[in-house]
Amino acid sequence: MAARHWRRCRIIKPVRGRVPRLRYLAALPFAALLLAVGFGLIFGGSGRAAGAPPESFTLENGMNVLVIPDHRAPVVTHMVWYTVGAADETPGKTGLAHFLEHLMFKGTEKIAPGEFSRIVARNGGQDNAFTHYDFTAYFQVIAKDRLPLVMEMEADRMTNLVLSDAEVLPERDVVMEERRMRIENNPVAALQSDMSAALYGGHPYGRDIIGHMEEIAGLTTEDAIDFYARFYTPNNATLIVAGDITADELRPLAEKYYGGIAERAPTFKRDRAEAVWPQEDVRLERRDPRVTQATWLRFYPAPSHRKAPEADVPAFAVLAEILGGGTTSRLYRALVVEQGIASGVQSWYEGNRLDDGKFGVYGLPRVGGDLAALKNSIEAEISRLLEGGIGDEELARAKTVIAASAIYARDSQRTMAYAYGEGLMTGLTVGQIHEWPELVRRVEREDVMRVARLIFENNPSVTGELLPGDNS
Amino acid sequence: MIRAVFVAFVFLAASLVPAAAMNIERVVSPGGIEAWLVEEDSIPLIVMDVAWKGGSASDPAEKSGTANMVSSLLDEGAGDLDAAAFQARLEDIAARMSFSAESDNFTASLSTLAEHRDEAFRLFALAISEPRFEDDAIERIRAQIGVVIARNSDRPEWIASDSWYKTALGDHPYARAPEGTAETLRAITRDDLMEFKRRVLARDNLKISVVGAISPVELGPLLDRTFGALPEAADLPELEPAALPEGGQTIVVERDFPQSVILFGMQGLARDDEDFIPAFIMNYMLGGGSFSSRLMEEVRVKRGLAYSVSTYLSPLDRAAFYFGEAGTKNERVGETLAVVRRELARMAAEGVTQEELDDAKTYLTGSYPLRFTTNRSIASQLLGIQVENLGIDYVDRRNSLIEAVTIEDISRVAKRLLKPENLIVTIVGKPNLSPDPNLPEDGDMRPAAPGHPGDVPL
Repeated sequence: MAARHWRRCRIIKPVRGRVPRLRYLAALPFAALLLAVGFGLIFGGSGRAAGAPPESFTLENGMNVLVIPDHRAPVVTHMVWYTVGAADETPGKTGLAHFLEHLMFKGTEKIAPGEFSRIVARNGGQDNAFTHYDFTAYFQVIAKDRLPLVMEMEADRMTNLVLSDAEVLPERDVVMEERRMRIENNPVAALQSDMSAALYGGHPYGRDIIGHMEEIAGLTTEDAIDFYARFYTPNNATLIVAGDITADELRPLAEKYYGGIAERAPTFKRDRAEAVWPQEDVRLERRDPRVTQATWLRFYPAPSHRKAPEADVPAFAVLAEILGGGTTSRLYRALVVEQGIASGVQSWYEGNRLDDGKFGVYGLPRVGGDLAALKNSIEAEISRLLEGGIGDEELARAKTVIAASAIYARDSQRTMAYAYGEGLMTGLTVGQIHEWPELVRRVEREDVMRVARLIFENNPSVTGELLPGDNS
Repeated sequence: MIRAVFVAFVFLAASLVPAAAMNIERVVSPGGIEAWLVEEDSIPLIVMDVAWKGGSASDPAEKSGTANMVSSLLDEGAGDLDAAAFQARLEDIAARMSFSAESDNFTASLSTLAEHRDEAFRLFALAISEPRFEDDAIERIRAQIGVVIARNSDRPEWIASDSWYKTALGDHPYARAPEGTAETLRAITRDDLMEFKRRVLARDNLKISVVGAISPVELGPLLDRTFGALPEAADLPELEPAALPEGGQTIVVERDFPQSVILFGMQGLARDDEDFIPAFIMNYMLGGGSFSSRLMEEVRVKRGLAYSVSTYLSPLDRAAFYFGEAGTKNERVGETLAVVRRELARMAAEGVTQEELDDAKTYLTGSYPLRFTTNRSIASQLLGIQVENLGIDYVDRRNSLIEAVTIEDISRVAKRLLKPENLIVTIVGKPNLSPDPNLPEDGDMRPAAPGHPGDVPL
């Protein structure tokens, strides 16, 4: 009976493949934070049943192409990913990558303002776009026979975008409303913003993807055009088509529509500073009169999928599952079932970043419960894991759950296209993504203990506490 | 204009019916239990969606939240397995099981890898037939739901929704939150849970859809093993129809949010009303069709008033609503509402253009196959068709129902539904309700009706 939630989300966090098993998560105001689970939980082929990896090739102008066949329905998901995101903005212009993403719907020399989505809709398709730290992507889901149409339109707006203040300025107001909705209206999101800033030091992952309000307000048409001209070029783009299509069918279409676009800027090579992790534990307390129930969160520094040694990546995912994945996990059993001090608790590994990732834990106290007891119990469970190790049964169960999520992911062409795109944009290869379930299967007890020590020993963290009351 | 290049692609997609590639079979088990099946072997997965008539609206007033509590407890121990053992078994085979109490229906969903089919269905059968409802599980779930109830009241969307239903429906069961209140939650006993299970989880009020790697021959006996132990007949209370009051109201719930959350609603149409399909198309043009809708164009694109504005029909068994929602900064709430009211009035007075209607039809017919691309979504679609009694051939007929709607049908239904003077509006935030002085006056920018008990009357 609740009012439906907002649709058309233009910034998305990575898709979480598993249905949240933790009771009542979906009903909680910050469930979104749990969308931020790495490709580990969403992804892969089944190892046994997935067959060959998706085919990929590169056009002469440098644009990469990936094909993920799924012939169950005569429908395709067409995505173009650009290797540029919120973490690539220059200081003072935060929010520009996402703002440009909105403006890409404002028309070209051929398409009138606002017509892009209407043409897609008139052809029975759905379209949208999303911005993350390391990438920006545009997609349409549409009947297979309309694929040439959306390819032509997407290719057109790669180089022919036309912007004027009449379109840009109202859209800037829209983005500010979007920020109000996502952050200013959401105390947990505001707390997470502060925590990310504290965790990543001066690294751009510490900023909000949507940008700071005062900097969004200062963005101009010219800023958007400059950003577009620098980064939107075929040698900085990847095409992914999933659905009722083969590589042989796609190749001539890709060459026809995208192959003729000349490079208009050099391929983007990033040169970002390393994250400066906290030197000692940080505790942020935020009081908010709009809040009646407290929330506890902690972020630990962790390497990304790309930076971690190969054997560590699946081990991080297994650790997160054993410690706080589902209702059989250690944290849930201890805090929710046995001690009865929490109504929800969970841990996750977020490795889907080009640079550095994080390992997160959060807990919700029962009504009237306090955060100190919650924190002590979480820390006690972590100590117990470090000292006592893990059992064969919980290791096997975690691996089963993670590997199975790879099969569940195959049910959706959109999920598959997203997972491969995100992996490629954050430094993984098609082979690594495809082999994920096999990597999970190889995880041994020692691997999990090694990454547990990496996360929980001598690794200063950022703790956030949201409490009722006045901040003053 | 060079736009013609693209327009050339635009033509009717009506030939694209999902059923062309999809065979829905009616499977009746030896014991007489019916399910709709789409056999799909290309992915080793099976999804089953289930609905029982009888949901949270049938909870007794002083025990509201009972159905929801049952939905949370069915997988907390069943048969010879306690909660921990039951959930460990589910994880060991990576099966996913969930239950949900909606207003009129109690629903369930099971997803399993094909190789673990029998064990997954056995666990599901245990959950619905022999739930243990043990005291420690009941108290733990009660505490967890208590946190949900408490946290809901921190969320502006929830506050707006709750306030809307209370204002529009008073003490009708549809106005109650499915979770109940802190007080009614405390009043629910184990006997109440058992009673709900006995009354609702039966065989004569049951709809089932199955999609995935399973044949009709395999499914038949499996249906008997899964549902056969349920009582034959449900025992459901009669629900009074819910009527909306005449005349509009605007309720402000003051909270310190910089963006006001706005929910507006009025009388809608029952799913079996002969005007429902025209209303469905009209809604696409008004506010359901994202960037193809008038409200998105007027509120977001032209004026930058909101990130999101949308409308949707909400038909229940004994009531029907037509809702819309928007979020806008406090200063511009009055302006946003004025634009919304004006667009409602304009569509009621003038209808739509033939071009708008044609575009709506090509979208709605052409995009229908997109709802049938995953096992998960096919199961959900087939269940919905059964719950609404639309017939097993509905997937084939549906696009022709859309095609048959005329511009006169749209005008008629717009006049029938769009009555801005009857809008019940709830706003959570600190809104400025005065409309923008630059907007043309057209009489629809009526100020809020005064006097509603509770929150701030305006």
